[in-house]
Amino acid sequence: MNEPVLETRALRKDFGSKAAVRDLTLSVSRGEVFGFLGPNGAGKTTAVKLLLGLVRPTAGGGRLLGRPLGDPPARARIGFLPEHFRFHEWLEGRELLRFHGRLLGLRSHTLETRIDELLRRLQLADAGHRRLREYSKGMCQRIGLAQALLGEPELVFLDEPTSGLDPLGRLLVRDLIRDLRSRGTTVFLNSHLLGEVELTCDRVAFVNNGRVVRDMTLGTPDGDLEVEIRVDRLTPALLEGLGRFGRDVRDEGGVVRLRVEAEERLPEISRWLVSQGAGLYRLAAQRRSLEAIFLEVIGEGQGGAAPRNG
Amino acid sequence: MDESHSGPVGPGTVRAVLIVAHLTFEEARRRRILAAALILGTAFLALFATGLFFILRDLRLRVPAGQQRLLISFPVMAGLYAANFLIVVTSILVAVDTVAGEIASGVVETLCSKPVTRTAIILGKWLGCWFLLALYEGLLVGGVFLVSRLVAGYTPPHAARGGGLMLLEGTVLLTLAVAGGTRLDSLTNGVSVLGLYGLAFIGGWMEQIGTLAGNATTRYLGIAASLIVPSESLWQLAAHYMQPPVARDLNLTPFSPASVPSAAMVAWAVSYVLVVLLTGLRLFQTRDL
Repeated sequence: MNEPVLETRALRKDFGSKAAVRDLTLSVSRGEVFGFLGPNGAGKTTAVKLLLGLVRPTAGGGRLLGRPLGDPPARARIGFLPEHFRFHEWLEGRELLRFHGRLLGLRSHTLETRIDELLRRLQLADAGHRRLREYSKGMCQRIGLAQALLGEPELVFLDEPTSGLDPLGRLLVRDLIRDLRSRGTTVFLNSHLLGEVELTCDRVAFVNNGRVVRDMTLGTPDGDLEVEIRVDRLTPALLEGLGRFGRDVRDEGGVVRLRVEAEERLPEISRWLVSQGAGLYRLAAQRRSLEAIFLEVIGEGQGGAAPRNG
Repeated sequence: MDESHSGPVGPGTVRAVLIVAHLTFEEARRRRILAAALILGTAFLALFATGLFFILRDLRLRVPAGQQRLLISFPVMAGLYAANFLIVVTSILVAVDTVAGEIASGVVETLCSKPVTRTAIILGKWLGCWFLLALYEGLLVGGVFLVSRLVAGYTPPHAARGGGLMLLEGTVLLTLAVAGGTRLDSLTNGVSVLGLYGLAFIGGWMEQIGTLAGNATTRYLGIAASLIVPSESLWQLAAHYMQPPVARDLNLTPFSPASVPSAAMVAWAVSYVLVVLLTGLRLFQTRDL
C-alpha cells in the first residue's frame, strides 16, 4: 500500500541563470491524495512538468510508476490536467475525448463507454456534441478533467483543477477526488485553494523557492496543535517550564500560547501545571488551519529572494 | 513493479503518427482552410481555362498548325509558374503554425503527456500537412494539366516528373516550416522560411543570369544559395522538363533555365528534407514545454 508511485531526488531545473526548481526531493505513495502548495512563482508548475517529462531536469532524477521520468509507456497510466487546459476549439467535446482516448491506445468500444461515463460524471452529457469554442471556462476545465481520467490512470496530476469553476463545480471536483481516492488512484494536486486542499488531501508539501520546505500529513490526531492556557498566576518559571511540552511558548497578555505535536501532551500539561500550584482556568487545543501554516511556512521564506540553506 | 496493470498501453508509434496526422488534416478541413484552398484553386483553374481558350482561338487564326503546339506551351508554363507560386506560399502557410501554434497555446502539453513520443507528434503533423500539400498540388498542377489537355489538346512533356519535382519543392519548404516551428513562434517562423525561400529565389536567378552573362562568380553564388535552400532549383528543373525540347534548347521563354540543375540536386533536396526533419525532431525532443 505504501509503495511509492512517484519519487524524485534532488531534482533541479535552471532557466538561464534562474533556478525554477532547486532541490526537489519527494515521495508520493500509492493511493495518496497529495497536495503540492506554494506561492506563485514557487516552481510548482515547473515541478509538475519535470515529473511529466515535459521539461528536462538540469540535475537530479526520479521515477514515476517505476519508470524513469519522461518515459512514454509510463504515461499510459497517468492523467494530467494542465493549469490552463486548452485544446482545439473547433473540436466537439466528445471528439476531443475520442482523440485523447486514441492516443492512450484505448479500443473504440471501451473508449465510447468511458466517454459516456465521464461526460455524465462531469455533468457534460448535453455538451458532448457542442464545439469547445462554445464551452464556458468551467466546462473547459471539466472536459479537461474528463480527458485526464479517460485511461483510468493510476496517478493523476491536477494543476489548479478548480480554477474557473463556480462553487458547484468545485464541489464536483472535490467529490471526484474522493472517488479517485476510494478507487486507490493516487492524486497529485497543485492548488492555491487551501480550504479545498485541507478537505481533500492526505498529505501536503509546501514548496518555496523551488524546494520543499515542509511536508506534513493532514487529518491525523497528531500534528501541529495550537494550545491556549490561562492560569491564575503566570510566572516566568511557569512560562519556561512549559517549554518542555512544546515550542513557540509565548505570553500574550496573560494567556499563554504554545504549539505541541500530539494531543497526549494536554493531560501532561494540566498535571504539571497543577503540580506547580497553578490554578488552571483554561486549557484548549486547536488544530492550526492550513492557511495559518502556509502563511508561517511561506512567510519565513518571503524575507529575501536569496536561497536559504535547508 | 505492477505487471498486473491492464489499462492502456499507448497506441504504438505508427498509429500515433496517423492519429496526429488525421487531426492535423481534420483541423484544416474544419477550419475551412481546405474549402478556401479548393474554391480559390478552382477559380484559378477556371480563369486559366478561359484565358487559354481565347489564346488558342487567336493562335488558330494566325499561326500555322505546326507551331501552335510550341506557342501553347508558353501560357501553360505561365499557369504552372503561377501554380508553383501558390504551392510555395501554401506549403509555408499550412505548416508554419502547426507546431509553433500548439506550443504557444499550451495544447502540446496535454499531447506530450500522453504515451506517445514527441517524434510521433512531429511526424504526424508533418504527414498531415504534407497530405494537404499533396492534395492542393494535385488540384492545381493536375488541374493545369487537365485544362491544357481539354482546351488545347496539349500535355506538357514529362508532366509526372515535373509535378513530382514541384511537390518536392513544396515538401522542402513545408519541412523547413515544421522544423522551424519547434523553436520559433509562428510569425518568426513564417518570416524566416519565406526569407529562406527568397534566398533560394534570388539565388536561382543569379545562377541563370550568371550563366547567360558568362559570370562564374554570380553563377556559383547562385548554386550555393540553391544548396542552402534547394526549392527554386527544383522548380527550374521541373520547368526544364515540362517544356517542348525546342523551347528549352533555344531559351525561348523565361521558364527555360540557361543552367539546368543537375539530377544530383534532386538527391540533395531529398536528403535535405530528411536532415531538416531529423533536426526538427531533435529540436522538439530536447526543448522544454
